[in-house]
Amino acid sequence: MDLSAINPVLLIASLMVAATPLLLAAIGELVVEKAGVLNLGVEGMMIVGAIAGFATAVESGSPLLGFVAAAIAGAALSILFAILTQFAQANQVASGLSLTLFGLGLSALMGQSYVGIKPPQMGDIHIPVLSDLPVVGPILFGHDIILYFGIALTAAVWWVLKYSRLGLVLRAVGENHDAAHALGYKVLKIRLLAIMFGGACAGLGGAYISLIRVPQWTEGMTAGIGWIALALVVFASWKPWRALLGAYLFGGVTVVQLNLQAAGVAIPVEYLAMSPYLITIIVLVILSADKSNAPASLGRNFHASR
Amino acid sequence: MTVPLLSLQGLTKAYPGVVANDTVSFDIGEGEVHALLGENGAGKSTLVKMIYGLVKPDSGKMLLRGQPYEPAEPRQARADGIAMVFQHFSLFDALNVAENIALGMENPPEMRDLAARIREVSETYGLPLDPYRTVGDLSAGERQRVEIIRCLLQDPKLLIMDEPTSVLTPQEVEILFKTLQKLQSEGTSILYISHKLEEIRTLCDHATILRLGKNVGECIPSETSARDMAEMMVGSTLQTPERGSREFGEIAMDISGLSVPAPSAFGTALKNVHLTVRKGEILGIGGVAGNGQDELLGVLSGETLTEPDAVKLHGQPIGKLGPTARRKLGVLAAPEERLGHAAAPDMSLTENAMLTGSVREGLEKNGFLDWGATKDFAERIIKAFDVRTPGPGNAARSLSGGNLQKFVIGREVLQDPDVLVVNQPTWGVDAAAAASIRQSLLDLATKGAAVICISQDLDELMEISDSFAALNEGRLSAPREAAGLTVNEIGLMMGGAHGMEVAHV
Repeated sequence: MDLSAINPVLLIASLMVAATPLLLAAIGELVVEKAGVLNLGVEGMMIVGAIAGFATAVESGSPLLGFVAAAIAGAALSILFAILTQFAQANQVASGLSLTLFGLGLSALMGQSYVGIKPPQMGDIHIPVLSDLPVVGPILFGHDIILYFGIALTAAVWWVLKYSRLGLVLRAVGENHDAAHALGYKVLKIRLLAIMFGGACAGLGGAYISLIRVPQWTEGMTAGIGWIALALVVFASWKPWRALLGAYLFGGVTVVQLNLQAAGVAIPVEYLAMSPYLITIIVLVILSADKSNAPASLGRNFHASR
Repeated sequence: MTVPLLSLQGLTKAYPGVVANDTVSFDIGEGEVHALLGENGAGKSTLVKMIYGLVKPDSGKMLLRGQPYEPAEPRQARADGIAMVFQHFSLFDALNVAENIALGMENPPEMRDLAARIREVSETYGLPLDPYRTVGDLSAGERQRVEIIRCLLQDPKLLIMDEPTSVLTPQEVEILFKTLQKLQSEGTSILYISHKLEEIRTLCDHATILRLGKNVGECIPSETSARDMAEMMVGSTLQTPERGSREFGEIAMDISGLSVPAPSAFGTALKNVHLTVRKGEILGIGGVAGNGQDELLGVLSGETLTEPDAVKLHGQPIGKLGPTARRKLGVLAAPEERLGHAAAPDMSLTENAMLTGSVREGLEKNGFLDWGATKDFAERIIKAFDVRTPGPGNAARSLSGGNLQKFVIGREVLQDPDVLVVNQPTWGVDAAAAASIRQSLLDLATKGAAVICISQDLDELMEISDSFAALNEGRLSAPREAAGLTVNEIGLMMGGAHGMEVAHV
């Protein structure tokens, strides 16, 4: 066993990469749930985003265009969920689960001819001087722009929810949709937009896995990140910065356990592989002792006549 | 003749199977307090929803100061100077006062400026409020202040109030009236919806009475007796419940030194509650909603378990027994929330009869359910309590509030209880049905049962109860003989005005 082979700077830099798909999906779902909708289809939207982004990047040669396509694909799939739950009044849990199953199947179909292909590389940013600094450079200034976009999105969502009128209306809809309707807010429209935002974020998260983290296409490659994102939103008590913390924790433990496996630590691989899930959930359960933060209308369908 | 502020002309709105409003016309003058009177289901709420732009009329038109007025949505109604205080509060528990108020405004100022304005307006109208408190922690009276201030910040021309006093103590009602009178003196018109006639007589200049969606008459409330107005509302003469003379027997139920922590973050803890009720006695428990009524009912019915000795039936400890065991002993309860607590909304009346009647009516044998006997039981309730429904196979949800309430109370009364606990037995029930429910409680007491009636309707408690106690923040006042209590004394028992003050002009 050789722990000295683990480079802490590279470790931190790669945990940020590992955490980003989870962070993007969780922030999107957080907004959806703040609006009072429970979309369990995150995993399905992620995997469809992963293949849509991958295919577009391969065909066009531009990874950035791939990310745009992934966001559109995720949002498109979420519109299906929105039509079912918001307009046809279908049960949100059942619709979300079937969205995941549908997404997994659809992505496998779309991805048949892309197995084994390498996508075009997304370059890391390079800022003269800053990126060349020791330690700080690779950690803070040496990543791809989507990673920074994820952090900026977290900050933006936090600010919008806390300080803007839009965020206040969104929270009001999630808190008491009947009262929001009585005050004249368009509950269904606001929820539709929130669901689409969540879908786009999940799509981005999926494409981050297939274009940057791995980067290649394999069936089912999101491997449960969508489900972790759902759990993360709850355990983060619907707070954006806590979601970021949880995502980095998950990414961190994932990277550490991979390094430990490579270093040949005498712990069975199965235990190491489950450790990110276990540790993230334990820490967040402890953090989420205050349970009163769930939006009161979460998962309830709204109909104007009831 | 001056142009009225708002003129309604032939408004009609039909829903599938029911005409909610049928060619309703009336005028509201500038600076007038106009009462809209009617039973439940008379179409009052639909009418104000049309004025507020939540519902579109099928036909008819509205004129605002002589100009056609067709609000497509509440936003537009608010822009035209019409504000509304809702019957069921349209507030968001998890948000603070200022955020709640900002949601009801078109162009809210910065939060800090808004908070300052809230303090200023609330002081001027004698409704003090802290803008940064979370609404979920406020009392019912304070929550209503939030709604009123939300309206006042927009300088409304017409303020619509839908049953504003149903959750207030008498003192709070007095302060509210002072606020409304101050508003009226400033030229604001008020459309005041209520079925409390005495209130309307003291406050309103003019009244329109609706029955089954039609305008059946107008009157000047101060010149019309409450009884006449009630009969116009109901369309027939009213029966007042009669209390037979009764002897009180030995103590049936006895609670001593009971304290129970709050069941949830927004619940109320019961603190050192003492209570006794004798056979043949009706104990009325008053108090503003949210002061421990639901928690007290839970303790009495067995939903909340306590120390065995804290609750005694005929001297036997029953604190550790659950609802079914208590039912077997004769302690029955009918909670306040009809849909979801007293009845299962999507189950039929027969199934609902089974849910509480299985023990005492012998509807369950060796784990098998006797549906034939249950159906008979349900039909007996429907017949005895005049529940208007096509049959016992209909879902509880399909009944109107008043009819379901009759069913829920009837179901317990017919099981011949030794102790019956009811919470808000006539909430949302029209006058005729309320009278028959009260009569059945009185009859039950005459037969020797002990009745505990928790209610927020003081008139009801004065009408039926022998002794009266009040709940205030989880504490129960010492019971007093009900006969001869004045409204003022009751108000003080209920905890006074909760720190409200009268408008200082």
